[in-house]
Amino acid sequence: MTAVTTTTVTAAPAAAPDERPRTRRSGLSPGRRLPAARLAGPLLVLALWAAASAAGRLDPAAVPAPWTVLRTGVHLWTDGTLAGDIATSLRRAGYGFAIGLTAGVVLALASGLSRAGEALIDGTVQLNRAIPTLGLIPLFILWLGIGETFKIAIIAIVVYIPIYLNTHAALAGIDHRFVELAEVQGLSRARFVREVVVPGALPGFFVGLRLGVTGSWLGLVVLEQINATSGLGYLMFQATNYGQSDVILVGLVVYGIFGLVSDSVVRLVERRVLSWRRTLSS
Amino acid sequence: MAPHTEQLTRPAVRLEGLTRSFEGRTVLDGVDLEIPAGQFVALLGHSGSGKSTLLRAVAGLDHEVTGSGRLTAPERVSVVFQDSRLLPWRRILPNVLLGLDGKDAEQRGRAALAEVGLAGRERAWPSELSGGEAQRAALARSLVREPELLLADEPFGALDALTRIRMHALLRELWKRHRPSVLLVTHDVDEAIVLADRVLVLEHGRIGLDLTIDRPHPRSYRDPLLSAYRTELLGALGVVEDTD
Repeated sequence: MTAVTTTTVTAAPAAAPDERPRTRRSGLSPGRRLPAARLAGPLLVLALWAAASAAGRLDPAAVPAPWTVLRTGVHLWTDGTLAGDIATSLRRAGYGFAIGLTAGVVLALASGLSRAGEALIDGTVQLNRAIPTLGLIPLFILWLGIGETFKIAIIAIVVYIPIYLNTHAALAGIDHRFVELAEVQGLSRARFVREVVVPGALPGFFVGLRLGVTGSWLGLVVLEQINATSGLGYLMFQATNYGQSDVILVGLVVYGIFGLVSDSVVRLVERRVLSWRRTLSS
Repeated sequence: MAPHTEQLTRPAVRLEGLTRSFEGRTVLDGVDLEIPAGQFVALLGHSGSGKSTLLRAVAGLDHEVTGSGRLTAPERVSVVFQDSRLLPWRRILPNVLLGLDGKDAEQRGRAALAEVGLAGRERAWPSELSGGEAQRAALARSLVREPELLLADEPFGALDALTRIRMHALLRELWKRHRPSVLLVTHDVDEAIVLADRVLVLEHGRIGLDLTIDRPHPRSYRDPLLSAYRTELLGALGVVEDTD
């Protein structure tokens, strides 16, 4: 519809412009969101996959049919393997994420609210950021052994960096006009931080939080596939050795669900907390 | 009325030889000024003439500016900026109450909002207000603190002409009720003439003209007797009006 209208206008600018002004979408906003529109793409992919499997166009050893994956998933769940591995993986990601979140926020506040803190912390974190965190794995294994501690430490580092960077940038970039306002209104420093700086930095924090959540899953996958004897990644890695592509796909689906659910939770919290924002997505 | 006459005897604001400069450029060059308590003063000047610098000095907002001179200002000073400067993450009532404490604060905030015609909008977000409404909320925020001195830095500069006229009436009304001293910085000669009892023109870093507007309120923009003041002020600003 829109495309047609647009072409007409560009091709024939002389045409009466207000012929159907009401039917045109208003402004540059993308318009109203369709219900459950986010699911349309994934469902289409699933349908194509099922159709191709049913038609025998896919090698079942490489890409098993959706129902095979489902059956394997149910089987792994009922015999307890999957549940145990999921619990292990969630524990790692959860601890790592919690530590990373706390460290990111605390460091960003210390660095964003005091010059001394900034001098000590910001440069150090920037340096840390320059080293790819997964490159630290060998060193951390030497320091902490190959157990859970080292995995949680790596995940925490992967998580804290984006949270720190975005929160710190938001704290440092607080609108100067609001600083003036706080002075005029006679706010104490504590109230200024609580009522102006922190709420003003929340949008930046949430950007960091979402990157951090993604980072925690990424770190988890890498760690579990190369250095683990339990967990979802280990399950998948073992399946490679036995050519069980269905098990690998089950693992991927679970990872996908982890990612989707955690991102949705963050979005939900974000929408609640930042309800004052009216943006394109609202 | 008696307390007001008494108040008028002591100045609310006194500047003596106030000097301010930015990177070697002198913006205020020894300004001497007294504003009696309760007086409504407008400060005119070209852009870059230092009107805002003067206002910011009185407001105590010029920490990193080099300068000298003596400055006396009351304890309770409120500032209205050109933008409403409402915190976007606070609803209107909490915005009005920013920095205010005490049990009756909320009550006072609601009263102030009602006074500026925003009763019922206490829970609106700033982004839901029109420009005029936002500026009225900003006025409420400055009034709720019962200022002895109200500083306004081109508060209506960003509003459309119709809204501006309504805001003029509102500001004058609020001033009549609360009687703070007002220093209104503006570049709009008509706004200064219609609102203020005394109009100052800042030029070359000093008060170049100090004019008392002796006409009753409410004043009309069409009042022919005001045009003499207009001509004089425009002359002081270096603008020559066409006479036909």
